[in-house]
Amino acid sequence: MTQAAAVTNEELTEIARRVRRNILRMTQQVNSGHPGGSLSAVEILATLYFRIMRHDPQNPAWPDRDRFVMSKGHATPLLYATLSEAGYIPEEELMTFRRLGSRLQGHTVMNNPPGIEMSAGALGMGLSFALGAALAGRLDKRDYHVYCLLSDGDCQEGQTWEAAMAAGHHAAGNLIAIVDRNHIQNDGYSDYQRFEDGDQAPDRPGGWVMPDGHTANIMNLEPLEDKWEAFGWATMRVKGHDFDAITSALEAAREDMGQPSVIICETTKGKGVSFMENNPDYHGKAPSAEQLVQALSELGFEE
Amino acid sequence: MVQVSGEKATREVFGPTLVKLCREGLDIVCVDADLGYSTSAVKFGQEFPERFFAIGVAEQNMIGVAAGLASCGKVAFCSSFAVFAPGHCFDQLRMAVAQPKTNVKLFASHAGVVTGEDGASAEALEDLALMLSMPTFNVLFPADAVECEGAIEAAARNDGPFYIRALRPKTPIIFDESYRFELGKWPQLREGSDVTLIACGELVKAALEAAEKLAGEGVSARVLNASSLRPFDKDALIAAARETGALVTAEDHFIHGGLGGLVAETVAAEHPVPVGYVGMERYGTSGTWEQLLDYFELTPEAIARAARDAIARKSG
Repeated sequence: MTQAAAVTNEELTEIARRVRRNILRMTQQVNSGHPGGSLSAVEILATLYFRIMRHDPQNPAWPDRDRFVMSKGHATPLLYATLSEAGYIPEEELMTFRRLGSRLQGHTVMNNPPGIEMSAGALGMGLSFALGAALAGRLDKRDYHVYCLLSDGDCQEGQTWEAAMAAGHHAAGNLIAIVDRNHIQNDGYSDYQRFEDGDQAPDRPGGWVMPDGHTANIMNLEPLEDKWEAFGWATMRVKGHDFDAITSALEAAREDMGQPSVIICETTKGKGVSFMENNPDYHGKAPSAEQLVQALSELGFEE
Repeated sequence: MVQVSGEKATREVFGPTLVKLCREGLDIVCVDADLGYSTSAVKFGQEFPERFFAIGVAEQNMIGVAAGLASCGKVAFCSSFAVFAPGHCFDQLRMAVAQPKTNVKLFASHAGVVTGEDGASAEALEDLALMLSMPTFNVLFPADAVECEGAIEAAARNDGPFYIRALRPKTPIIFDESYRFELGKWPQLREGSDVTLIACGELVKAALEAAEKLAGEGVSARVLNASSLRPFDKDALIAAARETGALVTAEDHFIHGGLGGLVAETVAAEHPVPVGYVGMERYGTSGTWEQLLDYFELTPEAIARAARDAIARKSG
């Protein structure tokens, strides 16, 4: 995998399906973890690791590798399951997730296992780290790219915008940010767009608690492209579960335009599992054993 | 080894020392948050512009960028004032540096009450407590500019997180060129048998003066330079407790969480003896740095007084 292999959409679809299965199994077996925001970025990571990035699971410290920095450090089920598909982690080890003695902690730990670029779990820190790696690449005249996955919550942290401003200032053309824009965060909905009857939502400026207990309009991020553009970034917005759309955007972003690029991926939190889709409850809650059976069946697995 | 010859701010040696080390082949980079003239980081930027990254007044980003650079093999220095870093960026230091043990070195100037006229908001008195709370950070507070150069070199040549605390005012140079900073060692600057004065930063000189004063009263005071707060010299500390039976700490920082806390924790567990504390216990204010040392009693007189008191509390 030292060069991007020619992989078909059908193959990526199968990889994504297996990754989803492992996300659900990993969180269910330990009854904790973050399935919702893992399921929303499955296609993004599959495209990166199997179609776009230059990397070698046999040599995770390869200086010329493309780097993937996951700022949303809670989406470990997704990252570990994808790294397992890519050959960094034995699949059987995935079921030690979050257990005492496991390498696979609840949030990412740098180099543990090798292939994890950065320790995360407090939001807002990834883009700074990614920028540092991008600046080092330019200084060392290496041609790698640095990809950084951000959540809605990441885009509310001030540090992300400190880093955005600095990346624009330093014209970090080898830095590519990807926003997993699923419109849902810990307490509920970032904005009005993803809950039922969102169009009829009362026009209130602040957040409020809905009858079902979720908070709505926690912090609106729009207009998101304008924010990034104002800091000197090239922007794109694509359908975040569409391999062709993600691929085209990443290929365009790799061209050095003398400025960093951001791809805002419109995604669905909990994607692929009916009762998790657009449901804030599953930001940080695992499926039960019965729900796992149902979810796997919806993904087309018979167990 | 100890003499007083001229004065120089510890912050003045930062940039020039980085230049020297980079010329010697160390893969040094420096991230700067708009205080490069004050920390002397610009001296490095003038010499190695491609290795100097201005990121504006954004200390959280400064630490993250430094960690990213370090992850690619760089010896990543960054600098600011201690109230801003670690003040603004404790979580970034914890997540991006301390836990993964990235090769990041934070040089923080304008620490302590001696920052002076800028007043309480500018006087970091908590930074050692913050940095010592993270067990993977090496924490250094040099006594003068000569030692500061050695501390910077030790940080550059040893892998992992380092914090170096530096000061704004030009303080007396107390070490000659033969002095060698040793990580984890508390050099004995004066022999003594009745009490041990343990000081860091600019109060090392005050401790030496206090020892001289005590000698005039027939009290024999040992003086240790505790510039290396982590790793610290447990052997020298326990030997001092055992051999002199009383200790005094002196620091321009809050006693709790600083050198005083460190010494108390250690001797309480290993060899309890009376300890006296000279340091800050409330927030500072504006004034010249010499006035502030007097006003807050960070003086040879205060150290000598604490020594007499500790000796009087010796049992048996």
